[in-house]
Amino acid sequence: MSFLLLPASPSLLAFSVAPLAHLRPLDIAVIAIYFAMVLWIGFYLKGRANTGEEFFMAGREMTAWIAGLSFVSANLGSLELMGWAGSAYQYGILATHWYWIGAIPAMLFLGLVMMPFYYVSKTHSVPGYLFLRYGEHARVLAAISFALEMILMSGVNMFAMAVVMKVVLGWSYTFSILVSAFAVTLYVALGGLRSAIFNEVLQFVLIWGGALLVPVLGLVQAGGVDGLKSQIIKNMGSTSYFHLWRDTGSFAANPMGVHWTGIVFGLGFAISFGYWTTDFLVVQRVLAAHNLRAARMAPIIGSFFKMAVPFIVILPGLLGLVVLQNTDGSRMQLIPQDTWKVCVPMTSDCASQLKQTSLSPAVQQDVLDQKVTPQSELHSYNEVLPLMMVRYLGPGLLGLGITALIAGFMSGMAGNVSAFSTVWTYDLYKPLINKKATDSHYVMVGRLSIILGVLVSIGAGYLVQHAHGIMDYVQALFSIFIAPLLATILLGMFWKRATRISGFIGLLSGVVFSASLFEWVHLYPAKLAFVALSPDAKPMAENVFRALWACLFTGLVIFVVSMLTKPRPAAELEGLVYGVTPLPTEEPVPFYKKEWTWAILVGVIFVALNIIFW
Amino acid sequence: MHGSGIPIWFFIGVLLVIYGAMIFGYGVFEWVTASYPAGVQLTSLHTPVWWGGVLEALGVLYVVKFRPGRA
Repeated sequence: MSFLLLPASPSLLAFSVAPLAHLRPLDIAVIAIYFAMVLWIGFYLKGRANTGEEFFMAGREMTAWIAGLSFVSANLGSLELMGWAGSAYQYGILATHWYWIGAIPAMLFLGLVMMPFYYVSKTHSVPGYLFLRYGEHARVLAAISFALEMILMSGVNMFAMAVVMKVVLGWSYTFSILVSAFAVTLYVALGGLRSAIFNEVLQFVLIWGGALLVPVLGLVQAGGVDGLKSQIIKNMGSTSYFHLWRDTGSFAANPMGVHWTGIVFGLGFAISFGYWTTDFLVVQRVLAAHNLRAARMAPIIGSFFKMAVPFIVILPGLLGLVVLQNTDGSRMQLIPQDTWKVCVPMTSDCASQLKQTSLSPAVQQDVLDQKVTPQSELHSYNEVLPLMMVRYLGPGLLGLGITALIAGFMSGMAGNVSAFSTVWTYDLYKPLINKKATDSHYVMVGRLSIILGVLVSIGAGYLVQHAHGIMDYVQALFSIFIAPLLATILLGMFWKRATRISGFIGLLSGVVFSASLFEWVHLYPAKLAFVALSPDAKPMAENVFRALWACLFTGLVIFVVSMLTKPRPAAELEGLVYGVTPLPTEEPVPFYKKEWTWAILVGVIFVALNIIFW
Repeated sequence: MHGSGIPIWFFIGVLLVIYGAMIFGYGVFEWVTASYPAGVQLTSLHTPVWWGGVLEALGVLYVVKFRPGRA
């Protein structure tokens, strides 16, 4: 989710021209061993992905821990790591909202409330649930949209990884894309969802193992938390970098240009619940759990780790404000990627963009004169995490850090293609093309769809990257679709009066409404003030308010259409809707194994963190 | 993972053992020869030694605890 809501265009991350890091043989060995391990897992699991249930649902035998870590890891891509570290450099800990209120309540809701319905219905996918609840039209609409998103996002992700590898390490685009695409295709096509999940857990460990040292060493050098705070206040002249909520009382009072109502209702409800409870990319991981209790525990376990991610993402961004230095010892000041893009190489817009940065007039003049000085070498916000890695990690450790970034990319890509394969096979191919094939035939279709999906992704990535303007639409796809889908599923799951046709009409009209709002602001930027309710609102506010309006609009349409059409008999809704579904009785367990116990603990920590960083 | 077969934790353990040995070994070499990489900060903390050690210890723990065939 966060990937799509980055303030900057993640696939167009701006980087400096010279590679930031130079790998030594030890680093290359670390990276090579990672690839060998990933492929070993794929080949090992090949023999355990023979039936549809094994290939697409990992045999539904994952423990809560594995499903939970995979659930978080599928979302923890490298663009997310680098993009949000850059956002923290730019906005301070306001960026943490996307990890806490933008994730934790939704993850708990999924585990405690929604999971029984997904699990009891034994659906293979979220579009599959829509089919059971609303019928074929709603499923096909959701499946086509989802499959398209997965392919495009996978391509964008892949190309973005190549850009990062090019600028961080100097690798060629083709080499990065071919190596990562080959590895992901092989291990997912061989071992199916089980292999994707296994590798996501492995990648999760590597991300922490590779990235954890950066904030630890950064804090040591900054003089601890107190030293960090005092130096940020000294350097930036503001205390707002440390406050989550204090400055969100008005759009103009915080650098993101958001209001707390947008954060709570738009981000905390429409976007967050939409992503974490209805996006099949993440829900698929939980559906693979071996029983209902594990399926409910998985998102709760995941939420603990999600709450901790700001330590390796947000904190390095903040530390970058203090510890990063130019080669002459002066403080390094990163610039917005929009500025970087027009200054490297130099264009006529550079001068006006530079004036909006915090660079001194003398440095700005050096940049415009293309004079090479330690301070005139430009780096964008998104480079903060690689810059911090290069600063603290020597041979071997740097390889581990780079492996963490590669692992993040691969987990995101594997998540996309494995979810695409399931939706394509079960929600499009099977109902629309070949209804009566054997199970082994569908497994073969699944494997082929992974290979084809990756090939199309590569093509889509190149196309999007080279077709000016398309990127904005691709990034908007998720946010346009997620909010209407949330309203459709919530009403379907908790309101038995919602009728078959209302789901399809509501979802379709919600998507059209959401896309129209996006296009309106895209064509007429001044209309942002209407969508986000303030002339001081910035693009981030548009994302959250557009999602909120789309969710409410969809809900309204479903309500009206349902009231005008004939309801389904309650007997047909058993296993699908709250109130008419007898939930399976779970074995009694001690209190410390109950999901509610851990959910309450997560809730307490979540509230405490928001108060501490108020 | 639930069921038979090699648990994912064993794979993770193997990888951590290898990484731990490589990074710890380099850290010791770096410390003994005092040949620190240029530009890297806080080398006096000998990060590769203790972080490599942590990875190694975790790796060994996972390999032993989740080794295939263990009852």
